[in-house]
Amino acid sequence: MKTETLTSAPATSSEPKDEQFERFLYQMLLIRRFEERTGEMYTKGKVRGFLHLYIGEEACAVGSISALRPQDKLITHYRDHGHAIARGIAPQRIMAELFGRVDGTSKGRGGSMHIFDKQANFYGGHAIVGGHMPVAVGLGLAAKMQGQDSVTMCVFGDGGVAEGEFHESLNLSSLWKTPNIWFLENNGYGMGLPLAKSVANEIYRLAEAYRIPSVRVDGMDVVGVHEVTEKALEHCRTGEGPYFIEAMTYRYRGHSMADAELYRQKSEVEEFRKRDPIERLKARMLQEDMITDRDYDELVARVEEEVAQAIQFADASAQPGLDTLYDGIYKENANG
Amino acid sequence: MAEMRMRDALHDALREEMLRDERVFLMGEDIGGYGGSYAVTRGLQTEFGPERVRDTPIAESGILGAGIGAALGGLRPMVEIMTINFSFVGIDQIINNASKFSYMSGGQFNVPIVIRMASGGGSQLGATHSHSLEGMYAHFPGLKVVCPSNAADAKGLLKRAFRDENPVIFIEHAALYGTKGEVPDDPDFLIEFGKASVLQEGTDVTVIGYSGSVHQAIRAAKLLEEQEELSAEVIDLRTLRPLDIETVVQSVKKTNRAVIVEDDWRFGGFGAELSAQIMERAFDWLDAPVARVSGKDVPMPYNRNLEFAALPSEEDVVEAVLAML
Repeated sequence: MKTETLTSAPATSSEPKDEQFERFLYQMLLIRRFEERTGEMYTKGKVRGFLHLYIGEEACAVGSISALRPQDKLITHYRDHGHAIARGIAPQRIMAELFGRVDGTSKGRGGSMHIFDKQANFYGGHAIVGGHMPVAVGLGLAAKMQGQDSVTMCVFGDGGVAEGEFHESLNLSSLWKTPNIWFLENNGYGMGLPLAKSVANEIYRLAEAYRIPSVRVDGMDVVGVHEVTEKALEHCRTGEGPYFIEAMTYRYRGHSMADAELYRQKSEVEEFRKRDPIERLKARMLQEDMITDRDYDELVARVEEEVAQAIQFADASAQPGLDTLYDGIYKENANG
Repeated sequence: MAEMRMRDALHDALREEMLRDERVFLMGEDIGGYGGSYAVTRGLQTEFGPERVRDTPIAESGILGAGIGAALGGLRPMVEIMTINFSFVGIDQIINNASKFSYMSGGQFNVPIVIRMASGGGSQLGATHSHSLEGMYAHFPGLKVVCPSNAADAKGLLKRAFRDENPVIFIEHAALYGTKGEVPDDPDFLIEFGKASVLQEGTDVTVIGYSGSVHQAIRAAKLLEEQEELSAEVIDLRTLRPLDIETVVQSVKKTNRAVIVEDDWRFGGFGAELSAQIMERAFDWLDAPVARVSGKDVPMPYNRNLEFAALPSEEDVVEAVLAML
């Protein structure tokens, strides 16, 4: 069993299937444990502000982001820890950001909803619903105008679909044939509002209305998500314009830590847990002899350790100095 | 030097910057085939093609966001918002994305975008099409706000805007597009941000304006001299953020009186900020409270007489000066 670089290297098509699946499994476990422990840290007061956990949706981030190459760009919404981890950003730096410390991805200036990492081509972490979508069009446009082989994937939720920026962005990307993957994580609720009360049609069909090729995929199936994203990437790379993926998923936890979940039944959550993306991949790998129970336990132990180290790292990281309050509002110009 | 209208000076600045830096490109509603609502971009699409002078749909949020993304992606976009009034439709992009990307990312990213907009009232366009929002944009850290009053400044400041690593809100008073002035030919003619310009030296009062209101200030200074034998110093702020408060304070320490002229609403306007800063830094030199001559606190009426009454005039400035003597 390979153990190194499981969290960082994007998939390559030449990678053996068992290694690729194991990496998917590891990343999904890592995200889940990271989120569970982050929830604990919130309860302890180590993490403050709004906290939106990604538990249940892991297959979306891992399946899609693993299809991207280093030069591709990623921009996402505020439920962003899973995407950051799947993109290979060190969990300890993400945790340090949640703790508001100097070793965080934004040196403690961003917080949970605003994870950024330039090296990873990770353009945030955006907390105004739908507000990052036009930015994705521009990133795609810039790559196209400069002749770069780079695709920009924009992840957003079903809550963003009723926003004008969703429609403006799809329209512009289709008109201008920008290399954009529109990746919708449809978890069924915009905060507490069920989808049926927010969008008048099936969402992937809205994309079709903008003449964007569009597919719906089971967002609890990491392998399926990966395959469809690879296809989307190929489509965008070859100058065919944008591609739309609607991944049907579910969040087990509330919208944020403040959510009393009055709008759904516990039984509904239990139904979705039966389709759990981690359990599902694990079962398949066991069945196809890619992994043993012992291997799985080892993965779980490694994840436990990695998250524990992330928390230790974050806790040991310094508070930003008050003298740095104004740092980074503007970038200094070379010539004044 | 050549005499030209402000619109042509802006045009030349855009053209020169596009020739200088291939990363510069323009986006906006009807800036290409139509030539721009105020004809600033006329002819540029023919010269540079539809990719670098990109006609966009009417989708302010979409095109502002796309400009921000393009800036993050390595280009130097200019997005023209036809009038500042329409920026309300896309303001989330300016405030939540352009102004905060750098800070929220811990300085990892920056957004070198120039956003041009036509501003101001006086043309009987009614309440939705007559805003002066320079002060509102100046409110936000992370933005730079530029508002020239004449052709030369327009060129030098716009060229400078393209050399900035940060988002620049470049506001052009619509009534000034046709005004003429001498403009340097030098392709490297730049005007630094945060340097106010003393248009006229004086000893009795400092009259401060920006954008369109500079012209009321100049005319008022002339009236004060001719009718009252008073000597007014006239300052054009040129940029609101960064603000050259030093030049203002130095002047007030000399004249001991300050009048601020602005098209914007008085309540919570930029004049209130400037007034506070003058009092914080030059209180002991003031012989009278800082006066503000502002737009009246009313949605802009259509009727010509009512609109005129709602905007600050040179007579209002003279009156304010005489009241503080």
